[in-house]
Formats: sequence, structure tokens, C-alpha cells
Amino acid sequence: MELFTNQVLAGIATGAIYACMALAVVMIYQAIDHLNFAQGEMAMFSTFISWQLMQWGVPYWAAFVLTLALSFVGGIAIERILFKPLAKAPILTNVAGFIALFAIINSSAGLIWDFTIKQYPTPFGSAPFLGSQLISTHQAGMIGVTVLLLLGLYFFFQYTKIGLAMRAAASVPESARLVGINTSWMIALGWGMASAIGSIAGMLIAPVVFLEPNMMGGVLIYGFAAAVLGGLTSPFGAVVGGFLVGIFENLAGTYIPGVGNELKLPIALALIISVLVVKPAGLFGRHIVKRV
Amino acid sequence: MTTLLNVKDLRAYYGQVQALHGLSFSLSEGSLTTLLGANGAGKTTTLRAICNMVRSTGGIEFDGKPLNHRSTESIVRFGIAHVPQGRGTFTTMTVEENLQLGAITRKDSAGIVSDIERMYAHFPVLKQRHTQQAGTLSGGEQQMLAVARALMLRPRLMLLDEPSFGLAPLVVRDLFGILGKINREDKVSILVVEQNAQLALELADQAYVIETGRIVMSGNAKDIANNEEIRKSYLGY
Repeated sequence: MELFTNQVLAGIATGAIYACMALAVVMIYQAIDHLNFAQGEMAMFSTFISWQLMQWGVPYWAAFVLTLALSFVGGIAIERILFKPLAKAPILTNVAGFIALFAIINSSAGLIWDFTIKQYPTPFGSAPFLGSQLISTHQAGMIGVTVLLLLGLYFFFQYTKIGLAMRAAASVPESARLVGINTSWMIALGWGMASAIGSIAGMLIAPVVFLEPNMMGGVLIYGFAAAVLGGLTSPFGAVVGGFLVGIFENLAGTYIPGVGNELKLPIALALIISVLVVKPAGLFGRHIVKRV
Repeated sequence: MTTLLNVKDLRAYYGQVQALHGLSFSLSEGSLTTLLGANGAGKTTTLRAICNMVRSTGGIEFDGKPLNHRSTESIVRFGIAHVPQGRGTFTTMTVEENLQLGAITRKDSAGIVSDIERMYAHFPVLKQRHTQQAGTLSGGEQQMLAVARALMLRPRLMLLDEPSFGLAPLVVRDLFGILGKINREDKVSILVVEQNAQLALELADQAYVIETGRIVMSGNAKDIANNEEIRKSYLGY
């Protein structure tokens, strides 16, 4: 029983990271109808920036906040420079854009910081959480930060004017323009927020997977699995999907004979395919009730 | 009466296809003007050109200020509310959120709250359904919501594209009654595009008839309604 609880809690902790990545992917998908394959690389680059800041002597939380701000601005810059001009281009052009972005960021990180694996600090420590062997303080910290982030985002989208405007721009762009919303900037804002959310995921997972240019590859695949499981049109679904994938991954690794650590990633991919076959819109995919 | 909207030699294009061929008309402050014409005559295009949603040349002046080359979202800030064909409802959002979106460019939160109440007084059915997803409303209710959303801007001019489309005759009567009331009491100038010429002429004070992208007839709505020749040749009733 203790093994089970332990695996579930650990799954929730990594699931929190998948939830952040899935949410970042869904935010951009809602805004421009494309999957951002470079989301993980953007998060990795942000994490390197925070590491660099700490190397220069900036304290952890100051580096954390500064990285959030820089990632936000960086996300907006990427949209303005690369994807705004591609807005009316065919799907495959956009896909090529995302792959190019992936390669550019990955190689730049390798060029600047090289490909050796680096230690990344945790502000929470890694002692047992509240004296319990079930979960470490860093895992508890991952869950705590993610929950705060999700509450903040919920409040933002539900109760602020700009959140309302962003939702409107994503759901019916033409009507949004007709009530005076600058939809183009709402898309840029979505990119900025997705990039900042990704940077949080990167900084939280880096102590676990260690810092290197390919650190987010697996994480992003889990994030995609989470987004597909929950439904690409539902931010709420993406978050639930993230936690489910995290728990599922751990339980499968523990209890299904022969899966172990090696087959965890294929399990995530199998999950994507199964969900797409059985329920293409995902568990919480939007079911628009419409009368004509 | 002063001229609120002045359109001169308007030409509009969809790609290579020209939809408007030098159309000119004007609308005076406080009036309820209707643009009539058959399918494909260019009525919707005219409204879309005013809000810069289609490529066009020519002069469009609102209250003496040129609107050309301004973005759709900035034209709204002049006080022009456009209710598009198909109503443009934010179907996945609640009725109340739809109303708040109509006022998204306004800064006076207190005024917005009281205006939402005012809309509920105009359209009691919207109050009953204020937490409901707007996509679940009936066609008539969605049209009321679209008009209410436009009024939340406190517009000086409201552009309405085929408000009667797809609605039962009784609902259309109701809606047109409310439009007349809004025009008289709230002093909102209205430009309404309609295929239901008979009804639109009863409501409007000025009327223009469009055929293949040009104005072919204009005048007092009553005169046009009473002129059997025009009615038969252009309006089909």
C-alpha cells in the first residue's frame, strides 16, 4: 500500500509539470490552431537563463521571477517575429516553422551552455516532506507552485477583463474584433503566457531530470499526451490530463511487468494513440451545444 | 439634421472580384436608415467595408472623420457597433459574458453594470438565461443578445446585418419594435440591411436600394413603400 501511495504522489508531482506543459500547448493551440512542437525547447532555454542568472549570483527566487518575465517577453517576440507573418500560411508551413524554432533553440542552448549535464538547485530541498517518506519537499514544492499557478490562471481568465478578451479572441476572432478587441495582440499575449508557464515547468523539473539542452524532450511528449487526453480545446482538461498521465506513467512503471523505466515513454505515446482512436476530442474536449 | 455617416464612391473587392462599384449614400444623426436589395446586391459588403473587414477604396466619413485604413477594432472605438450576419455570438461563453464583451472598450465599470441591467429590462429573456451558454439560446434570443451586446458599447451608430434572418415572423416583429424604441429613446442611429423590405420600410425613415453594387434608388422610406413601380421591380412584393 505504501508503494502505491508513494507512486501516486510522485505521479502527481511529475504530473504537475506535464499539466503545465499541456496547458502551455493548449493556450497556443487555442490561439492559433497549431501545436507548438518547440514548447519544450522554449522551456529548456528559459531554465538555462535562470541557471545562468544564478551562476552570476542572483538568488533563486529573484532568478525565478526574472526568468518568468524574460520568458514572457521572449514568447511575445517569437510570435511577433516568426508566427505572426505565418498566420495565413498553410498548416505545413507552420509546422516547418515550429520545427525550425525547435532546432534553433536547441542548438543555440548547446552553443551557449554546451551539452554537458548540469546540476540545478531546488529551493525546497529534498528532505522527506513533513517527516513522511512518501514524498520529498521538492515534489511537494512542485505540486504547490503548480496549484498556485493554476489558481492564478483560473482567476485571470474568469475574472479579469483582459482574460475575458483573450477567451473571446480565441473563440470567435471576427466577433472579438467587432467589439474592439485587438485579437492580434491577444495571440501574442497568449504566446507570452504559454512561454512563462513553460519556464515554470522547466525550472521545477530541472532538479529532477538535470539541466541539458534535451531535458524537455520526454517531458513535452508527456505534455502532448496530457493535452490530447484532456482535449486540446480544454485548458481544464489539459491540467487533469497532466495529472492523470503522471500517475498512470508511475503506476504502469511499477506494476506492469516488463515496463520499468525504459518503456514509460512508449506508454505515453500509446496513450496518445488510444485516446485519439477512442475519443478524438479527448476526455474534456469541447462539446459545443449549438442551436441553429 | 447633421450627417453622421457619409459614404462616397465606395468600391470593394474580394480578391479579384469587385463587389461594390462606386456606391454613395449618407445617414443623418438619429435616423434609422435601411439598405435594401436582393441577394448578392452588396448590402453585407457595404457594412463590412464600413468596418474595414473587406478591401475597399473610396471615402467613408464618420462624424466628419475618415474611417479608411483604420483597423476593425479601432473603428469600434468611434462608437460604431456592428451586428454581423449570423449574429456573431460567443457561443461558448455565458449570456452575461457576451454582454460584458460588448462593453470591453469602455472604462466606466459602474456604467457597464447599470447598462447590463438596462439590457435585461429591454430583453427580459436574457436575464432569465444570464448564466447559460449563449450557444444554447434560440435563434431569436441570440439575435436579441447580439443587439444587446452591440448596445453595451453605447454606440452612436449601430450596423445591423439581416436581423430578421432565420427568425419566425412574430419574433421579427418584436425585434423590430425594440429597434425602433432604441432608435427613438436611446438616440442610437441605425443602419439596417434587410431582405425583408416590407418590414424594414415600415420601420425606417430613410431607404436606399442597392443593385449589383450600386445605389439605384433612394428616398424617404414611406415614399418608396408607396411607389408600386419600385416595389415591384426592386423589392419584389
